Amino acid sequence: MDFLTGIWASFDPYLRPSVIGGVIFVAFNALIIASAVLVLAERKIMGFMQQRYGPYLVGPHGMLQPIADILKLLFKEELRPKGADKWLFTLAPVIAVVASFTAFATVPFGAETTFFGLLDEPIKLGISDVNVGVLVVFAVTSMGVYGIVLAGWSSNSKYSLMGGLRASAQMISYELAYATSLAAVVMLAGSLSLREVVDAQAGTWFGFIPQWYVFLQPVGFIIYMIAGVAETNRAPFDFPEAEQELVAGYNTEYSSVRFALFPQAEYINMTTMSAVATDLYLGGWHFPGVPIWLGVLVFLAKVGVILFAYIWVRWTVPRYRYDQLMSFGWKWLFPAAVLNLLVTAAMILYFNA
Amino acid sequence: MPETYLFYALAALAIGASALVIGQRNPMYSIMLLIASFGALAGLYILLDAPFVAVAQIIVYAGAIMVLFLFVVMLLNAPQEDAAEWDRSHPLRQPGVTRFGVLLALLLVVQLGWALARSVELDGQVAAGDATTISSVRELGRVLFTDYMFAFEATSILILVAMVGAVVLARKEGPNL
Repeated sequence: MDFLTGIWASFDPYLRPSVIGGVIFVAFNALIIASAVLVLAERKIMGFMQQRYGPYLVGPHGMLQPIADILKLLFKEELRPKGADKWLFTLAPVIAVVASFTAFATVPFGAETTFFGLLDEPIKLGISDVNVGVLVVFAVTSMGVYGIVLAGWSSNSKYSLMGGLRASAQMISYELAYATSLAAVVMLAGSLSLREVVDAQAGTWFGFIPQWYVFLQPVGFIIYMIAGVAETNRAPFDFPEAEQELVAGYNTEYSSVRFALFPQAEYINMTTMSAVATDLYLGGWHFPGVPIWLGVLVFLAKVGVILFAYIWVRWTVPRYRYDQLMSFGWKWLFPAAVLNLLVTAAMILYFNA
Repeated sequence: MPETYLFYALAALAIGASALVIGQRNPMYSIMLLIASFGALAGLYILLDAPFVAVAQIIVYAGAIMVLFLFVVMLLNAPQEDAAEWDRSHPLRQPGVTRFGVLLALLLVVQLGWALARSVELDGQVAAGDATTISSVRELGRVLFTDYMFAFEATSILILVAMVGAVVLARKEGPNL
């Protein structure tokens, strides 16, 4: 082993760029695969909750269903309504999916590693490490709403327009609570870098309770999760595409690949939201008793648990009414987030003064 | 010097997009171009080693304010303006508020020129302190809430006043309200 390490290490300058490129490549493809797997998981879990099988015909237990779905969407005819805005109609799904991929760019998913001695200097597992990482995720996520709003407007259909309007109102309202709950964690960790926030959560209290911020910030975590569901437009907050009211909302007029990009953006946004929640509240790749080189698996397991909770909520909680959504966001969630921020600040001052 | 090329590319994007904003007939296109311009500005801030300002620019302007703009334009449902009803005479020849507005715009141009001329003198003062402390969020927050407290609060009140003014102007007068 030592012998091998010695040989590998000497290749460090040549290997480093390709290793970094490889990490980015793997992360990018993992996101694409995640969106496909999530569609299947959603349908399977929904089936389980409704006491039926879900997709079952393609492959063993329907496991190859995503491939069939993708092929179907690829070969469908692409339609554009006559009155639609030519440029924005095409641009909208592109904006949605680009924003969802970009948002993951500053989310770290593993500790520093040399890949078992492959490199001399360890690299940080993550696409990029920015010292204002939390804000970058937040900023890019908030750009994703343009995809939905423009899709709604450019379709030149009243149902799409209503969906787009609802999306913009909902995003603005819930972004406030979302950002305020993030601010409390940032104050606790004393850093805007996601990696430093994660590393601040290493270790345990009394030897068995992990030092995760979810225990210091239970209210903040709940607010983050609720606002996260609203930000990704999922039930019970899926008003931009409320089927019973708006046909299919902002994507009513879309078909084929252009349509496929919207659900893909939604599922990637869910993944990013869960990954950020894992980094901020659940200690990222830290877990008591698990060695740090297994961190990526720990991280993936935590993300999986949150994603399961997302799907679970979607199929068990009924949709709100639209005015209830707005009043809940502004009159309950946002004040609660502000109060949480003030209490956190007071506690920090009291215990650190 | 890739940074120099990047600077010119971003500057060209910012200026070009801004120029196209006022050239569009369709307000939706104007908004999209304005967002592109804000994005280019954020890129310029990153080149200046100020990532926090760049991200704040995206969150506040591109992420929040422009969504509101979009919301309003979509609600008004006015994709085309009526070019036939335009008064195409020179703004300075037009009566009342328009002329006043033109004078304000001229004043702004003069101010900008003056500020640019003065910025050469101030170059030395800005360079004090190294880049990492300037761009540090912690330092920024400390300075904002101590040294520049008055300016910060005054700006906040100014924005509040503008908001109240907008609400008052937009309110419909009538017995049923």
